[in-house]
Amino acid sequence: MSQKILLSSKEINIILHRLACQLLENHLDFKDTVLIGIQPRGTFLAARLAKLLKEEYGVKEINLGFLDITFYRDDFRRGEKPLEANKTKIDFLVEDKKVVFVDDVLYTGRSIRAALTAIQSFGRPLEIELLTLIDRRFSRHLPIQPNYRGRQVDAINGEKVKVLWEENDGEDVIYLVKN
Amino acid sequence: MAELSVNHLLGIKYLKESDIQLILETADHFKEVINRSIKKVPSLRDITIANIFFENSTRTRLSFELAEKRLSADVVNFSAGQSSVKKGETLIDTVNNILSMKVDMVVMRHPNPGAGIFLSKHVKAAIVNAGDGAHEHPTQALLDSYSIREKLGDVAGKNVVIVGDILHSRVALSNIFALKLQGANVKVCGPKTLMPKYIESLGVTVETDLRKALNWCDVANMLRIQNERLDISYFPTTREYTQQFGVNKALLDSLDKEIVIMHPGPINRGVEITSDVADSKQSIILNQVENGVAIRMAVIYLLASKIK
Repeated sequence: MSQKILLSSKEINIILHRLACQLLENHLDFKDTVLIGIQPRGTFLAARLAKLLKEEYGVKEINLGFLDITFYRDDFRRGEKPLEANKTKIDFLVEDKKVVFVDDVLYTGRSIRAALTAIQSFGRPLEIELLTLIDRRFSRHLPIQPNYRGRQVDAINGEKVKVLWEENDGEDVIYLVKN
Repeated sequence: MAELSVNHLLGIKYLKESDIQLILETADHFKEVINRSIKKVPSLRDITIANIFFENSTRTRLSFELAEKRLSADVVNFSAGQSSVKKGETLIDTVNNILSMKVDMVVMRHPNPGAGIFLSKHVKAAIVNAGDGAHEHPTQALLDSYSIREKLGDVAGKNVVIVGDILHSRVALSNIFALKLQGANVKVCGPKTLMPKYIESLGVTVETDLRKALNWCDVANMLRIQNERLDISYFPTTREYTQQFGVNKALLDSLDKEIVIMHPGPINRGVEITSDVADSKQSIILNQVENGVAIRMAVIYLLASKIK
């Protein structure tokens, strides 16, 4: 197994600022917009973007939620191991809100498909957008594309993209892992 | 993620401590789900579950059915009263006939102890025991543990007294196994005639003085006197039972500390507990019922994920 650095901490920081600005361009004061981090790994990115928008770009308030999609996935009973659930935390209504899904890696698109179903349990959003830090563009199983992307990667199927976050893993870094 | 060490839920006796923790943690997620405005998830779309009840039940059957439906499983209900069992069909034949219609899981209540265990050895389906005679009622014990954990933070180290007809109670037996496995201290309290002879070999202590037992405990689980199972007279009169083993508000208020009152239902108000105790703020009886759905969703989800 070998791994190479795809993005360093400095590059990630620049990308986060750009993504924050792109969000800001479309959503301005975030009054009718909610950020939803997809559990488990999208929550770090969502929390980081919310923090950045508040601290660096003067957004007063952002509704930030975490959505667990385990019970909505289409591979229940198909894998070797049972699916592990995570906490859903959405303490606001998404009815008539602009929802931005935030996830670290967009791969097959199946997680996002599940998230689209899951979010319906919390109301009918006005619209849904997708933000992803890494977009593995040749791996899609479903017609799903991001509205905001950090970096597009042409990884092949045997390769894996590993995103580490300072708050969870000690440092910000993204690896491309080859088996 | 960890998975259950068993393919069926036949009794708490067959579970490990880690299984119980996994079920309780999974139930946390489902409790959040059933408190949404849309209380349903699509996980078990391709699973069919038969609820087979050879004995009466309201709460348990309803709770299982709701749990199954909220997981999007297909559900068929079957009561022995209106079935071919009355025409002399055996248990294995009945269940195999149901399974030929492509059923993946069977939830069964049966008056004979061990019915679920027997069935699990002879048919190809995941079996969930919803009560087998005076043997076990595992989902009740799990939801009781979940309710204690929710109310007091943890089950380990807590003092729990189970009051009433221990001899005929599957709730008592399953609770004893579950509580001991999680490190709680358990006392049983009731008339000597309704105490199984070797109950202490399960690691519990017997107390015949209700006030002493209540002063010792953090939680009192009050059982119903199951008149339908009392083949002989175990105590002189219901009135005398109530005087010695019934909890009323005066008794509750006179204790050294505030204890939690639980009851698996159905309550015989005025016999094992009075109405003002059942409806008091110390009672978590209705929380138990709510938690029952989350626990059963967790059990069914975890067992279904092992069906290949």
